[in-house]
Amino acid sequence: MRHNAVDEWSRGSSALHRRAPASKLIAAAVFLVVVATAHHHLPLLACGWLGLLLWVTLAARLPLGGILSRGAVVLPFSAVFALLSWMEGAPGIAVALILKSYLSALAVLLLVATTPLPELVRSLEAARVPRFLLTVVQFLYRYIFVVVEEAAHMRTAAAARGGLTFRAAADALAVLFARSFARAEAIHRAMIARGFDGHFRPLARRRFAPPDAVFLVLASALPLLVRTVGEVLL
Amino acid sequence: MGPVVEVRSLKYSYPDGTEALKGVDFRLEAGEGVALLGANGSGKTTFALHLNGLLSGSGAVRICGMEVTPASLAAIRRKVGMVFQDADSQLFMPTVIEDVGFGLLNQGLAPEEVCERAQIALEQVGMVGTGSRAPHHLSAGEKRRVALAGILALDPEILVLDEPTTFLDPPGQRALSDLLRNLPQAKILITHDMPFALATCSRAVFFHDGSVAAEGPVEEIAARFGWGFAAR
Amino acid sequence: MHIPDGFLSTPVWATLDALALPATGFAARAAQRGFDESKAPLLGVMGAFIFAAQMINFPVGMGTSGHLVGGALLACTLGPAPASVVMTAILAIQAFVFQDGGVLALGPNVLNMAVAGVLAGYLPYHLWGGGRFRRAAIFAGGVLSVLASAVLALSELLLSGVRMPPSVLAVSLGLFLVSALLEGAITMAVVSALERIQPGFVRQPASAPALLLGGLGLFAVLLAAGGVVFASTAPDGIDSLAIRSGIAKPLAAYGSGASVAGVVLIFLLLLAGGRMMRRRSA
Repeated sequence: MRHNAVDEWSRGSSALHRRAPASKLIAAAVFLVVVATAHHHLPLLACGWLGLLLWVTLAARLPLGGILSRGAVVLPFSAVFALLSWMEGAPGIAVALILKSYLSALAVLLLVATTPLPELVRSLEAARVPRFLLTVVQFLYRYIFVVVEEAAHMRTAAAARGGLTFRAAADALAVLFARSFARAEAIHRAMIARGFDGHFRPLARRRFAPPDAVFLVLASALPLLVRTVGEVLL
Repeated sequence: MGPVVEVRSLKYSYPDGTEALKGVDFRLEAGEGVALLGANGSGKTTFALHLNGLLSGSGAVRICGMEVTPASLAAIRRKVGMVFQDADSQLFMPTVIEDVGFGLLNQGLAPEEVCERAQIALEQVGMVGTGSRAPHHLSAGEKRRVALAGILALDPEILVLDEPTTFLDPPGQRALSDLLRNLPQAKILITHDMPFALATCSRAVFFHDGSVAAEGPVEEIAARFGWGFAAR
Repeated sequence: MHIPDGFLSTPVWATLDALALPATGFAARAAQRGFDESKAPLLGVMGAFIFAAQMINFPVGMGTSGHLVGGALLACTLGPAPASVVMTAILAIQAFVFQDGGVLALGPNVLNMAVAGVLAGYLPYHLWGGGRFRRAAIFAGGVLSVLASAVLALSELLLSGVRMPPSVLAVSLGLFLVSALLEGAITMAVVSALERIQPGFVRQPASAPALLLGGLGLFAVLLAAGGVVFASTAPDGIDSLAIRSGIAKPLAAYGSGASVAGVVLIFLLLLAGGRMMRRRSA
């Protein structure tokens, strides 16, 4: 948890890592929509899309096994529903669930594995996502690691005493809640001590350069091309 | 030139009625280093929070001749740089450079100048090249340094550090005391760490139960209150 | 239950995304009202708390345990709009960073958990949280919160054409009820513990615009109830009568081999989910 692999990957230096976050965000969204709205010849199209995603993975110099297995966290969930659909006599739906959920998860994973989260959050601001929400997301991401570590200590301490009862678990959560509250106050104090007046000011704005535009056009066109070719040929 | 910090009969009670400070007098000269010693709960941190108006009790607090009032807060907070005890709470921005530049941006400086000054501050604490890193990827000692850089970037006249050696290993403590000794600012260090206090401060003030029980040279105060135990 | 991408049909995700955008904007503005961005660290750290809370297991006997979901707890402590913002932020982080829930499905997930879940969790507290039935109201909030989210998610899946044997549907509704009761019990226990530590943490109800909130909460509950009805009469060739009888007499449904397989599958899913959560947080 402390060293989230995605965090590590996103600080790479490939050409893909250097693209403007907005261009990658839009390209990923296009990919997701193209996959979500496809209905015919899915297994074949999926091969084409998977090929594209693998190419991106290699071009970004990301570990292939790591990406493929981390994207697979959706598979247990998808597999249950796929089996249920199969039992109901809808194998088509079953296959679609598996393929679409895995490909979509891979695409999102590639987006965050090539873009540091703070930059991604800033590009979402340009997409008119409420700034207050994004600021909350930024703080949430910053403190997940800190609070989870506190919870892990509590869990270890509880395990050393033979586990928690229901009531003791509630007490532990209340203590964690109170500590988190106190931490938020300490953060706020530290912000005020450095002259915070209620508004965050961005340090740097990412410009959209010509290579970003080229990337955006290519990355949006390719998944669509795969789908068109697949649907026309078959 | 007068003292950079002058506090007279400062009293403060928490909202629940607990009397935390019972009339504290304090002076700090320019460039001086003072250690605040005393048991947990003796009022050291509460006292420090008054120095830049994060708490306000009765009595007078003057920073570089300026009375701490709601109107002077912005100016006061440029003079007094506070490094809090928990570096994780102090480093709240997503990357090191944004955190070090946070205070400068709040002062209304242009992003280019902010980056430049933030880099200089990182250089001062020996953390060059860490700007794009996320705070949660830093070690305890590195976090402490970056937190200090975020304060040094603002070029304060007085540094207040609360328990700066917590979670630091001995080499980290030595590196921090070397760093602090070479800074020109006046320093107030809240600490239980006697070797550290001896290495960085000339004077000590001993807090007991919300008042100043004694003050004088660090060695003398430590010896008088049996506080030197930690050093042995 | 966080719906991944690829599960919902285009009309469903597109409509719900379109609905989630203004709802999120509204919640963000409401949460920010009266404050400035200085409220953001508090909501962010509380979001991290909800994340971390999943590591604290509440034993419920027979070797199983559950954990806090958090919508109702946040609503009682921070108020409904800030709670909604926190839950939305959590869902966004889970979708992007942890591949838990889809990105196109973020709108639906936000509506299920951060809007309906939080409002349904707040409603009983809002109505009865100040009086004699305070503890019962907090418990009911936890129950309704999880029930509303789960039933909405299930009906969205069914609406999108995901097929499920009727008996499995009945069993999963039963499981939802169990986890909803557990959330109610956890929420109540944590709120009681918080009030022992520091009473100020748990806000008194009625500081919010009563009519609007009551109406919205009621809407969320009705929506969930509608979802149950919808789920039980789902289209796509499912024999609605069979499901109705399955809901009415879930025990009878245990007979067929298909439903046993279904139960096993759902348990496997829960197990796998728990494992993953543990590995991630290890």
